[in-house]
Amino acid sequence: MGTTMREVFGKTLQSMKDDPRLVVLDADLGSATKALMFKSVCPERYIDVGISEQDMVGMAAGLSTCGMIPVASSFSVFITGRAFDQVRNTVAYGNLNVKLVGTHCGVSVGYDGGSHEAVEDLAIMRALPNMTVLCSSDARETEVMVRAAYDYKGPVYMRISRIGVPDYHKPDYVFKIGKGEILREGKAAAIVATGIMVTEAIEAAQLLAMEGIEVTVINMPSIKPIDKELLVRVAKETGGIVTAEEHNVVGGLGSAVAEVLAQNTPVLMRFVGIQDKFGCSGKPETLLEEYHLKAQDIVRAVKEIAKTAK
Amino acid sequence: MNTIELEKIAKKIRMDTIKMIYKVKSGHPGGALSIADILAILYFDEMHVDAKNPQMPDRDRFVLSKGHAATSLYAALAAKGYFAREELWTLRQYQSILQGHPDMKVTPGLDMSSGSLGQGLSIANGMALAAKLQKKEFRVYAILGDGELDEGQIWEAAMTAPQFRLDNIVAIIDQNGFQINGTTDDVMKVASIEDKFQAFGWNVLSIDGNDISAIKDAFQKAKNCKDRPTAIIAKTLKGKGVSYMEDRCEWHSGVPTEEQYQLAMQELGGNE
Repeated sequence: MGTTMREVFGKTLQSMKDDPRLVVLDADLGSATKALMFKSVCPERYIDVGISEQDMVGMAAGLSTCGMIPVASSFSVFITGRAFDQVRNTVAYGNLNVKLVGTHCGVSVGYDGGSHEAVEDLAIMRALPNMTVLCSSDARETEVMVRAAYDYKGPVYMRISRIGVPDYHKPDYVFKIGKGEILREGKAAAIVATGIMVTEAIEAAQLLAMEGIEVTVINMPSIKPIDKELLVRVAKETGGIVTAEEHNVVGGLGSAVAEVLAQNTPVLMRFVGIQDKFGCSGKPETLLEEYHLKAQDIVRAVKEIAKTAK
Repeated sequence: MNTIELEKIAKKIRMDTIKMIYKVKSGHPGGALSIADILAILYFDEMHVDAKNPQMPDRDRFVLSKGHAATSLYAALAAKGYFAREELWTLRQYQSILQGHPDMKVTPGLDMSSGSLGQGLSIANGMALAAKLQKKEFRVYAILGDGELDEGQIWEAAMTAPQFRLDNIVAIIDQNGFQINGTTDDVMKVASIEDKFQAFGWNVLSIDGNDISAIKDAFQKAKNCKDRPTAIIAKTLKGKGVSYMEDRCEWHSGVPTEEQYQLAMQELGGNE
């Protein structure tokens, strides 16, 4: 287990403190999102607005029009849900240079329960014109993603998880908005995963390989824009796609992939994800199993389509 | 600029507002007319802005939080020279630079988009905070509707401005006493707006919001107040300047008939 994505988020912000355009906004959750780490190195540009996400997003919008680059963070449910209209009508509609970071996504939040487990954030952010939507899968990717989001001109929503996941990226990993990453290649099917499901996908591919089924594994950190070219190519090569995400199967990564393939290379698909349910309390590992978000669930889905594919 | 000249500009803003709405048969006259005097002073006396250089980094900023009053803001921007007056007659039409509610992406001189109520004060606070962080002198002005005070976000922002000592922001509350469904008292009593802002730590000024010299005086007092933001509670008449629209809830949105249009123009002293 490496450093958690949240800690990397906080550390990366710290490392960017010398850029006078950076303002870190918090709505009283900085100790959980780790945005608070910025305060220790740059208190004057750490703005805690209290428990008011709508006000935070509005402030970020105002700051952005005056040349600052605001990074506003909270739990995914609150920054995309509580402040949705502010994100929609001010940030996205205005195409403003505001960075929104949502931590604590999906059921792996664990004990806090369904009220705190965003299952819809990718879907609602993806539906907003002008919005770029990113989802990190490990520590290294979080760091490069924060920097890429910061350097990109325009509104970005970035999703990171609460739990720690293994670091599978090498230090020289290059992340580009709009690009997917091939982690393994095989002809039987392809698994396209995002967030903490990428490590499950890697494990699933290993399990499948032991049975002689070789699959392609793709990490898709950029949900919008999505890497169409790569998706079409692997769909042609493999004939079947399984998507894996810690998000509702309605509107998230699976839907985004299906939208591309249906118009270009229709292939059989399976959607591993949260099956249109809210989350609940429990140990993260238990919840990931109960919501069928484990390598075994991906293996099962691959077998369903690999059979008919080739 | 002197009071007489400013009164003239306010009148021009009112006439162009009515003309726009009459010509395109759509718009919100009531709340646009109530703020015409404030807009005239902001753009022609108070704010440091340059119509030839709308993106000037150190300009003062303006946020029309009550975005439905866009027409009088557009009239003020045209009068100031941000774009040709002829553009006004394209209001709300396909591909117009003047959208139904303010869209900063297409209108020269607009510092912020608006339309969804309750958001403007937070945004203005963000701009004022940027000035503080950048150690710049620019000031930020926001016009809020009194009906809009129903939105909870306004009160989040009302706490934020004093918390960060944003003495470079002026919130002008256009207290015309109406919202769509009736008077603000009937629909949702906000009670004393003065007491509320005062309690949150604002410098509060109550004025007649249709009185040019009272508005000018309030802006001066706001500048002299340090360490605290200023809220100007501007008592106005909804539909001000057009007899049949004044204090009439139904003119929140609506289009005058030809007869009504002629009467309005006559009353506003126009002969165009």
